[in-house]
Amino acid sequence: MGIKVIKAGMLTTVQDLGRTGYRKDGLTVSGAMDEDALRLGNLLLGNAAGEAGLECTLTGPEILFESDALIAITGADLSAKIDGLPAELWRPLLLTKGSVLTFGQAIAGCRTYLSVQGGFDLSPVLGSLSTYLPAGFGGFEGRALKKGDRIAFKLEVPHLPVAMNWTLSKDLYTPTDKNIIRVMKGPEFELFGEKSLADLFISPFSISKAADRMGYRLEGPVLQLKTAKEMLSSAVTFGTVQVTSEGSPIVLMADHQTTGGYPRILQVLRTDLGKLAQLHSGAQIQFELLSLKQAQTLLIAREQEINQLKQSLTFKYISS
Amino acid sequence: MKKINTYTFYPLGDSAIVIQFPDQISEAIHQQLRAVTAYLDENSFEGFIEYTPAFTSVTIYYQPWIIRYEEIQGLLEEMMKELMEDSAPRTATLIEIPVVYGGDFGPDLEFVAAHNHLSVEKVIAIHTAAEYLVYMIGFAPGFPYLGGMNEKIAAPRKAQPRAKVAAGAVGIAGQQTGIYPIETPGGWQIIGQTPLSLFDLNRKEPALLKAGDRLKFVAISEKEFIQIRRNDGD
Repeated sequence: MGIKVIKAGMLTTVQDLGRTGYRKDGLTVSGAMDEDALRLGNLLLGNAAGEAGLECTLTGPEILFESDALIAITGADLSAKIDGLPAELWRPLLLTKGSVLTFGQAIAGCRTYLSVQGGFDLSPVLGSLSTYLPAGFGGFEGRALKKGDRIAFKLEVPHLPVAMNWTLSKDLYTPTDKNIIRVMKGPEFELFGEKSLADLFISPFSISKAADRMGYRLEGPVLQLKTAKEMLSSAVTFGTVQVTSEGSPIVLMADHQTTGGYPRILQVLRTDLGKLAQLHSGAQIQFELLSLKQAQTLLIAREQEINQLKQSLTFKYISS
Repeated sequence: MKKINTYTFYPLGDSAIVIQFPDQISEAIHQQLRAVTAYLDENSFEGFIEYTPAFTSVTIYYQPWIIRYEEIQGLLEEMMKELMEDSAPRTATLIEIPVVYGGDFGPDLEFVAAHNHLSVEKVIAIHTAAEYLVYMIGFAPGFPYLGGMNEKIAAPRKAQPRAKVAAGAVGIAGQQTGIYPIETPGGWQIIGQTPLSLFDLNRKEPALLKAGDRLKFVAISEKEFIQIRRNDGD
């Protein structure tokens, strides 16, 4: 037994940490837009950090639980309710058979993750449960969830933690309303004109309506190369900021193409991708430049923090 | 073949490093890239995730909490020195791509012919005569960037991209020819269609083509197209 989708919501897809090993074949990684939110949700339940959950976007789904489940809701605050009562984020919640999970107004952020203990019973495609919408495979039938879909749980009976009265510390997750996005120079950074490079860090950019799992087009000052240059296609990755021939930047997100032919002006720090994933159309961002060394130091500290959390949460699930 | 021994390293963000060769499309550079990717296929290291080869670069994705940038650059420098000494040329697989040209399968074949003041038959003859090199796979799962098309059949992209181009469609855009692996919107001039599936999740290796492969287009009839499709489906 598992869940039944009563209402699909705007875009609800199954995502794990993505599909690796196929970028050389033109197949991108995909996976959760806010990796940390999904990982923390899983750790709260005693799951492996990379277990697949549901990524719910802006207007969340309505979900009926057809059996008992231990769940966690992490990431954006989309006014989650269980049987009409506000549900707490960042903690394990025991739902009994027949419970209905709904979402309402987006209070902070735009992507929330529903994780269930043990995970969903689905077959991986090329080693991952992530849904890759552009090619229509992975996750649940290669598509976003629809009304009437049913997904079974791998675990039949929830395994309760030693105590239930705890919540994850707020410090472990980047606030969803901070608009400073830390970046490194991209490979073609130096090819841009002096004014463009100055504008890049002085002026804010706003996220346009063209913002989805593939990329966010930004609006702001026009960015120009010192001299026009025809680029050969080369690799891009999650967080690469490309500049189109009209001079507008696009930040590539989880479902980006593997290669691109536009100059890569910036690269968003891996630690800040989740923050970006939580910002939606209309939000303003301000870039802040860091060095590679600073970026790697931050990333390593982040991994250590998550590992420590994993260790301490393991104790909460030790059966007596 | 002349060895290309100039290359640089640079980061693509905090979790990837790029080995960059001189910025021009050439077979000599491509051979060096293949040596790098073949080496990485056989010699993985801790913290290595995967790589993406492109026209003149190989990008390597890694886990910085296992191996830092300076360390991975050191490792790759050693690798490059080793590869410079090993001069064994790599053999390429020649793959035949059957194509039905024209008609509903290639609605833009006549445009390409008219644009180049050629007959339709001549366009097909030129397109099937050449041997193409797969420089890289990118843009979409299994999409090959091919080198080697005769300039005589070059044609501009469509002013209005089609909302739907079928999987297997063979097209021309500027000096390039390519094959659409999945149904997608697209602006290339479509001259034909192959019944082969360029990206098939049911195969052990989903992508039909790999960087470094060589391919030839072979003209087939509609009847043969249907036969190949049917056999593939079994």
